[in-house]
This record gives sequence, C-alpha cells and structure tokens, in this order.
Amino acid sequence: MQQIPTITPEKRAKQARRHNSSCPELWDLLDEVKDPEIPVLSLWDIGILKDIEKSESGVCVTITPTYSGCPAMDEIKEDIVAQLNQHGYEQVQVKTVLSPSWTTDDMTDEGQDALRAYGIAPPKDAPQGCIKKQTPMANVKCPHCGSTNTVRISEFGSTSCKSLFKCNDCHEPFDFFKNI
Amino acid sequence: MTAVQQQDIIDYALRLGDDSLVLGHRVSEWTSNGPFLEEDIALSNVALDFIGRARMFYTYAADLMGEGKTEDDLAYLRDERQYQNFLINELPRGDFAFTIVRQLFVDVFNSHFLPLLCQSKDETLAAIAAKSEKETRYHLRRSRDWTIRLGDGTEESKQRMLNALDELWGYTPEMFEPDALEQRLAEAGIGVDTASIKDAWLRDVSAILNQATLPVPDAEWAIRGGRTGYHTEHLSHLLSVMQSVHRAYPGCQW
Repeated sequence: MQQIPTITPEKRAKQARRHNSSCPELWDLLDEVKDPEIPVLSLWDIGILKDIEKSESGVCVTITPTYSGCPAMDEIKEDIVAQLNQHGYEQVQVKTVLSPSWTTDDMTDEGQDALRAYGIAPPKDAPQGCIKKQTPMANVKCPHCGSTNTVRISEFGSTSCKSLFKCNDCHEPFDFFKNI
Repeated sequence: MTAVQQQDIIDYALRLGDDSLVLGHRVSEWTSNGPFLEEDIALSNVALDFIGRARMFYTYAADLMGEGKTEDDLAYLRDERQYQNFLINELPRGDFAFTIVRQLFVDVFNSHFLPLLCQSKDETLAAIAAKSEKETRYHLRRSRDWTIRLGDGTEESKQRMLNALDELWGYTPEMFEPDALEQRLAEAGIGVDTASIKDAWLRDVSAILNQATLPVPDAEWAIRGGRTGYHTEHLSHLLSVMQSVHRAYPGCQW
C-alpha cells in the first residue's frame, strides 16, 4: 500500500511563508548558503531557515538551531550576512528563535535525497516501523549499496546530528542523519 | 512581568546555565582522552549539548539583565561564589565509571525536569527545555546502556561502578531541595518544583541499577550548598582553567 506523505503543521506554515513571501528573491539567494559541515544541504533544505522579512530598515532573517551545541550556527550566521551583503543588502540582522524546536521533519525531501547521494543516510532511510525520534539499532539503508543489512556502531557520530553505522554487505561505514 | 519576578527569572536562568556549563566543561575534559574513538566522540558530543544549553540560558539571562551584558560576561567574568550549580556537576571527572554514574544521575534528573520546564509560562525557558529534552533522551539511553554494561561486566568494571556510586550518592539529594526562589517560580508556573520529581528519579535510577546488578546505595550522608554559592574545592580550579584566556585577554574573540 502506498503511504500518503504527510507533513507537520509547522513545516506547512514555513512552506507557506516562503511561498507567499514578498521577497522571493532573498529566499533564492539564501539557497546558495550551505551548511558548512554538509555542503550539499542549503539552510532551507536542512530546515534552519524559518523566515525572511524585508523592510526599509533592512533585511531580517530568522533561523533556528539544529542542536543546542551545534558549532556551525555561528558560521551560518556569518555566511547569511556575507551572502546578502554581497548582493547589495547592507543592513542584515539574523535572529535566532528556539520555538518550535527544530526536528528532522523540518528537512526537505530534496535535502534528504541530496544527503543520500552525498553518502549520508537520511532520516527517511530508517527502517519502517522503528520508533520515531530514536536512532535505530540496525537496518538503516546503506547509502553506498542500498542494503538494509546494516548495524549501528555508535549513536554519536562526527557531528551532533549524525550517528555511525556500518554495512554488513559492502562493509563500508556510513553516517546516518539522526532522527530527532 | 513584575520587576521582582524578572530578577527571579534571571537568577533561575543563571543557575540552570551554571549547571549546564560546569558539567559540559567537565565532560569536555574527556575530549581526546576517551577510552576509545567512538566514546571520545560521544563524550565530546554530550559536552557540546550541555555547553549549548548553557549558552541559551546565559543569553536569555543577559537579555533580561540588559546593560549590554552578554553570555560571555556571565560565563567568564563571574567568580566561584556567584556560581549556583549543583555540586555533583563540578566534581572532577574521575575514571570512566565515575563519569558514567554522574551522567546517569543527571540524565535521569533531566528526563523528568525538562518535560516539566517545557510547560513553563515563560516562553523562552519552555523553548530551551523543549530543545534540550530531545537531546537528553539519547544522553540517557547511552548512560543507561553503559551503566548496565559496566555494572554487569567484569569484576573490575563492577568494582569501579560501586566506588562511583559510593562517592556520588550523597550529592544527589541537593537536586531535589528547591530553595525559596525555586518555590516562588514553581508556584508562579515558571519554574519546576524539583521535590516533586524525586520519587520518579529514584524509581528510574533503581530500575537501571537493578538491571546492572548494582545495589541502590542507602548512604545517609548528603552534601549541599551549590545553590547558595558554597562549593567544593574543585569549582575554583575549574573556573581558573575555563576563564583564564578570557581574563587574560578581556573580550577576545576566536
């Protein structure tokens, strides 16, 4: 049976904010700003970018952190300002909001596919039926060979957002983008 | 918000920030010293989560204080007596068993404390709690797994866990003794009445220790003082290391 994809109300509201925005060109500009640790993901794809407002006094960009201690957040703020400055927007303010807190559900489908192509298993490749918001012990789909004969080595990976798996078929280790 | 209540919230955010920063710093001392690579990475990640929490609490306190204060002023320019963290968080990291038992106690505490703080009438405190709660869930999975593995492990690992329980148990009562400030905030629907989570904490910790074939300590000693600014000898050493760069080069940026 085909499952009908569902999205959270927060994600829907965010999509509407972008869709109805009075400054669509700014959203497009910020699509060029990537996560410094995962350069295939734009801020929009990863779900960090919440809102952009343009007024006479300048541009205000609202973002939300992925993990409390994510060291990339400061760099991301600088990259946003630099990108907009480069395109002639001089007054740029970056505001951080904490609520509603970021979840993997905020990632775009395209972003998840890009992650897989980059060699990181996206949250949607967790085995069906595993407890939501928990890192599975095994059977995440290997981004290298597609096998689900895989096992978790550690819940903690090279960054807060990833955990470490290995594939029993192609024998490659790989990162899984944690479900939270 | 009345002026009196605002000062209470500042003090509350500060002590929650202190709990997170001091423990985060202690756990970060394992970075590059972990027993093996995956565990080194795990401990570094946990440390980052706690330091991230501290930043959020301090930033909020600094915003409420105004006068251009920043999170850095609060982390680097306060002295030992101004810190109000629980004593258990400042104890030296000890061996791996000591670190795991402390994390177990703190993670179980947070697994009950944070969901209640999520319901705070103060939106910022609730938002920080909602963010931290998710991380605590996997911190706890890990400290529980390690407790069971080490407790029900070799003779040596079990002995080390027993030693750690013995050394740490008396530092736990402090976590469940709200002072006047915390009681005021709990009554106002802003803070958490930590006395109310003591039974749940004991139930969870006991269940995990049972599974680990470790006894639940019945020690009757208790040490307290962190919330009033009275600390063990260890905090000032920790602060002198943590604050040395900022104090030598005020306002420095990486």
